[in-house]
Amino acid sequence: MSKQIVIELSVNNHPGVMSHICGLFVRRVYNVEGIACMPVNDGSRSRIWLLVNADERLDQMVKQMDKLQDVHDVKRHDGGHEVFGKMADFF
Amino acid sequence: MKCSGAEIIIKLLERQGIKVIAGIPGGANLPLYDALGQNGKIRHVLTRHEQGAGFIAQGMARVSGDPAVFFATSGPGATNTLTAIADAKLDSIPIICITGQVPLGMIGTDAFQEVDTYGLSIPITKHNFLVRSAEELFEIIPNAFGIACSGRPGPVVIDVPKDVQMAVVEFDAWPEPGVREAGPELIAGEIKRAASIINKAEKPILFLGGGVIQSGSAEDALALAEKGAIPSALTLMGLGVVPSDHPLCLGMLGMHAARYTNLVMEECDVLIAIGVRFDDRATGQVAKFCPSAKIVHIDIDPCEFDKIKTTYASVMGDVFDILKVLLPLIEKKDRSEWLCEIAALKKDNPMIIPAVGDPVSPYGIIMKTAELVGNEAIVCTDVGQHQMRAAQVYPFKYPRQWLTSGGLGTMGFGVPAAIGAALAAPDRPVICFSGDGSIMMNIQELATAMEQNVGIKIILINNNALGLVRQQQDLFYGKRYYASNYSHHVDFIKIAEGFGINTCDLATSDDPVADLAAALAEPGPILIHVPVNQDEPVYPMVPMGAPNSEMIGGEKNV
Repeated sequence: MSKQIVIELSVNNHPGVMSHICGLFVRRVYNVEGIACMPVNDGSRSRIWLLVNADERLDQMVKQMDKLQDVHDVKRHDGGHEVFGKMADFF
Repeated sequence: MKCSGAEIIIKLLERQGIKVIAGIPGGANLPLYDALGQNGKIRHVLTRHEQGAGFIAQGMARVSGDPAVFFATSGPGATNTLTAIADAKLDSIPIICITGQVPLGMIGTDAFQEVDTYGLSIPITKHNFLVRSAEELFEIIPNAFGIACSGRPGPVVIDVPKDVQMAVVEFDAWPEPGVREAGPELIAGEIKRAASIINKAEKPILFLGGGVIQSGSAEDALALAEKGAIPSALTLMGLGVVPSDHPLCLGMLGMHAARYTNLVMEECDVLIAIGVRFDDRATGQVAKFCPSAKIVHIDIDPCEFDKIKTTYASVMGDVFDILKVLLPLIEKKDRSEWLCEIAALKKDNPMIIPAVGDPVSPYGIIMKTAELVGNEAIVCTDVGQHQMRAAQVYPFKYPRQWLTSGGLGTMGFGVPAAIGAALAAPDRPVICFSGDGSIMMNIQELATAMEQNVGIKIILINNNALGLVRQQQDLFYGKRYYASNYSHHVDFIKIAEGFGINTCDLATSDDPVADLAAALAEPGPILIHVPVNQDEPVYPMVPMGAPNSEMIGGEKNV
């Protein structure tokens, strides 16, 4: 299995934001292995965690996500993040 | 104050300075049209297809640099706009498409003329909105303008459900219009480093694209070229940044470049790429593009750095701001050795223009038209052989003179874009080179041209074929011409007459130059028909996927 990386996004919370983000991956034929999303800031924003396989296109993906109007912040966790480990209990 | 959502939209558009809106009404945007009709200050251009409305908006935006607006109804109205929006995305053109949508409560019920406009437009817009209340319009409309023209420009879609258009709200004040935001803060170190690389270069080349035009930096780019004695190659979108007859102008590079232009690129040691995105038609095989060059990439969109070619140095920011700081740091040079080497390459590998003296040949008609219309003219094209020929040989003088569908390569762009150009610049001549394949993809807009009485001069270069497709079948598919010839010869003169448009048929002319001159001098729209041979390829040509050094045709002594 290739190395997996977690991307943490702070975004506006409204219908369509997830489509904008996932669309960036879909149209580059780049699979998103895992997604977690919860509202924060009383629901005005959401935090999204994406689990993706390491790929040479990742730098470009991070820049593209950063460019989206509804994305406030993009963080890369190259060593992974415990959020998906904890979620694994439900699968 | 009390206004409906539709009235709010129209008033906000008026406050943005919008004078012309192209579009088509339908069930889901009728409140918007009713408000537009009551407003009376904005001119509406009723098109015959929503794609035509989109390209009219593009024509206006490309000429003026300011965002232009167009309207469509829900469902098929919205889907018909998609090609024009995708085209604007690839060429970074600020247009705003406002679509009607079924009422909020009916969204998701497969209502009549319902389609997911928001979902469909995500990958082809810079940003898009689905408006969920009339109050949101106060924020969304100015934001849409700000987004469309700030940073790297691009199209914005605003989908407005019918009940949102009809909802009445009370409010105290109008919001400020959305404006272009200042570019990001520059990093002085990046610019100093770029200047030092440029100053140390022995064989530098400027590689200038649409971003130079978008940022209003053509003058400074030319000053940079002149101060550093740096020869300049232009992308299809960058034509006009440096005048074609300027001694440092290398013309367009890439798939249909003059031989010497592509050969010069092979030699350069520093490539200063400004407002370009290294499109495959410009670079050819990427690994062999400017193989010995360090790349200095200057752009407002950081996504473009290292996307196609690894940069040696990048400078992020508004090209206009960057060049103001960069220019004083550039050492004045004469680079006589490098310029002599280029002159020799040019002498041995010049741009060959077949039959240039014949005004009814594929190249001759372009050159003769250019001569007759003069420097003021705006030049629009469709997509195909006529487009590449015009890009190769038209004598460009300044930016925003050249309107062409670059990234998406949309056949059907030319006629509506020319209408938009004429609406934005009513005092200037507007010509449109088209082909018989392309013009048929938006020929219905001849009716719009007639109704609006815009003086566009359409030069229809007719080879009764899909010329570039035929050319590829000739070169790369064993001359197996399939689905690229039209078996029926359309009578374009009769078609134009049917639309009430003036015509000039150079096929039957005894004195084509005199007839062409008379046709170009007529007021109002006119279609000028020029039949040409199918078997005249556009040369040189770099095969798809090959390096730019491997050009077919266009040799000096053939």
